[in-house]
Amino acid sequence: MASINQNSVGTLLPDFRNLGVMLRVLMIVTGLTLVAAILKASNWAAVIQQWIGITAIVQPIAILSVLLLGAANSWLHKLEYRSAVSIIVLAETAITVLVLRFGALVLDIEMDDAGRNALLAAATTIMLIGYFNLRSRALSPALAEARLQALQARIRPHFLFNSINAVLSLIRAEPKRAEAALEDMADLFRVLMADNRKLAPLENEVELCRQYLALEQLRLGPRLRIDWHVDKMPKDALTPPLVLQPLLENAVYHGIEPSIEPGVVSVNIYHVRDQVHMVLRNPYRKDGSHHAGNKMALGNIRERLALHFDAEATLQARVGDSEYEVHITIPYVRAER
Amino acid sequence: MTHPQALKVVIADDETPARSRVRDLLEDCASSFPIELVGEAASGRELLALLGKASADVVLLDIRMPEMDGLEAAQHLLRLPEPPSIIFTTAYNDHALQAFELHAVDYLVKPIRLRRLHDALSRARAITPLRLDVLQRIAAEPRKHISVPERGKIMLIDVSDIRYLRAEAKYVTVRTAVREHLVEESLSRLEQEFSEQFVRIHRSCLVAKAHIMGFEKDSIEAGESRWLVLLNGIDERLPVSRRQQHIIKEFGRNLQ
Repeated sequence: MASINQNSVGTLLPDFRNLGVMLRVLMIVTGLTLVAAILKASNWAAVIQQWIGITAIVQPIAILSVLLLGAANSWLHKLEYRSAVSIIVLAETAITVLVLRFGALVLDIEMDDAGRNALLAAATTIMLIGYFNLRSRALSPALAEARLQALQARIRPHFLFNSINAVLSLIRAEPKRAEAALEDMADLFRVLMADNRKLAPLENEVELCRQYLALEQLRLGPRLRIDWHVDKMPKDALTPPLVLQPLLENAVYHGIEPSIEPGVVSVNIYHVRDQVHMVLRNPYRKDGSHHAGNKMALGNIRERLALHFDAEATLQARVGDSEYEVHITIPYVRAER
Repeated sequence: MTHPQALKVVIADDETPARSRVRDLLEDCASSFPIELVGEAASGRELLALLGKASADVVLLDIRMPEMDGLEAAQHLLRLPEPPSIIFTTAYNDHALQAFELHAVDYLVKPIRLRRLHDALSRARAITPLRLDVLQRIAAEPRKHISVPERGKIMLIDVSDIRYLRAEAKYVTVRTAVREHLVEESLSRLEQEFSEQFVRIHRSCLVAKAHIMGFEKDSIEAGESRWLVLLNGIDERLPVSRRQQHIIKEFGRNLQ
């Protein structure tokens, strides 16, 4: 099973290609320049003057740094944490000196104290890295918590016992199908009980969903119809594990089980440029039962998407007249083979 | 081969494999005492239709079924002239099980063990019949149907079709757009159960909120006037008692 290793190094060092991380860097730097301007100025009018002056030098450095770090992202993540941090600090100092030299040539700015500016750049970089380190530490217990919650809320005990019951019913008449069903169950529970903090390729998740639905099909027979639209699925896109399966479980529980009539659950996965879209639809009946369990699963998945992709992932649930739709968008991050 | 003394069993479960599992187990039990499988039902409705045609001693009744769950089906079953013993089956310890324990209602947890099924069936004829009031207390949700016994069968009326419920001497009249039925239930219990859907307009009358079209003033009686409620689909107009007139205001507010 191919999966990207998001170990301690990976999580302590931020993902520099993430839009949220880039924005955070730029915002913090802008904030610092404002503080510097206020410190330097003698009155309010001078603050703006000072700020413009500082920003003209600092923002190019910040933007250039964000771009370079984004480009070097995967390389940096392969290094040990300490070496990665040293390289980043050195690189930032170098960028600062270079930008100042270049500025001196082109804009005719005085370049008397490159050493002082380089030191400031190094200090800012160390502070930012420290911030991201603390942030990921603060979030990682939440990740473990989310996983635990997931395990408890995820598989409805109802599903487990009904599936065992279905397998038992097959053993005498159709032992081959019973074997296949038990294999599906084994795979399903292997994933459910695994450490699901690592991102995994989308094709694994889809395979898991197929196994899950095969078990539900066993119980529900012709009442459950599944429409797969996954021809354009980017198989190597990375997703948090168990992002689709719980939603399908909800679709079956709320959309198929309450009706005697057959219903269709449709799964549509595709990508548009650098975004992966996953759309699930199921029949929905207004008089239907409570949706507390559903809300819990949605909240859980939303939280995990945010932990992995920050602001770049979205989850939207929409209730139509006779249909319920969940639309997930995540950035297309490719698994390395 | 049917034995004259055979225990007549019906299986009700919406899942085909679950029914076939029970069928297998019944065959295993049949070696120690005679059992006759009368039929199988995939829903509460099918079960009621089946028992309108054939009689049974025991129903193995799944709790979670679409459209009409086991707890509701059981309430309707008890209105049959000779109701069968009911043994509930369920895949998971849901809230009902505690109540079952409390009221000594028979149940089996799925996957069902042969031993348990055997024990339950062998004392099935002796178990105390389920009491309707106990079932009503256990069922967390209001029924979706009201049952009317008719010539040994159970007829079901969708609660959403009912226009009004009116207490008569010993019965309650259930009025739909099509016709009237008499049921042996108490109006106050119906009011409690369907408080979401019905509102009391009179000491002896509940009307369906969803079917209220409006109210009109009746000035026939000299000196005194009273309000009448207009219901969708029927010509009959029902008087609103003085004490209940506040509902007219509330209804108007909900329309805005």
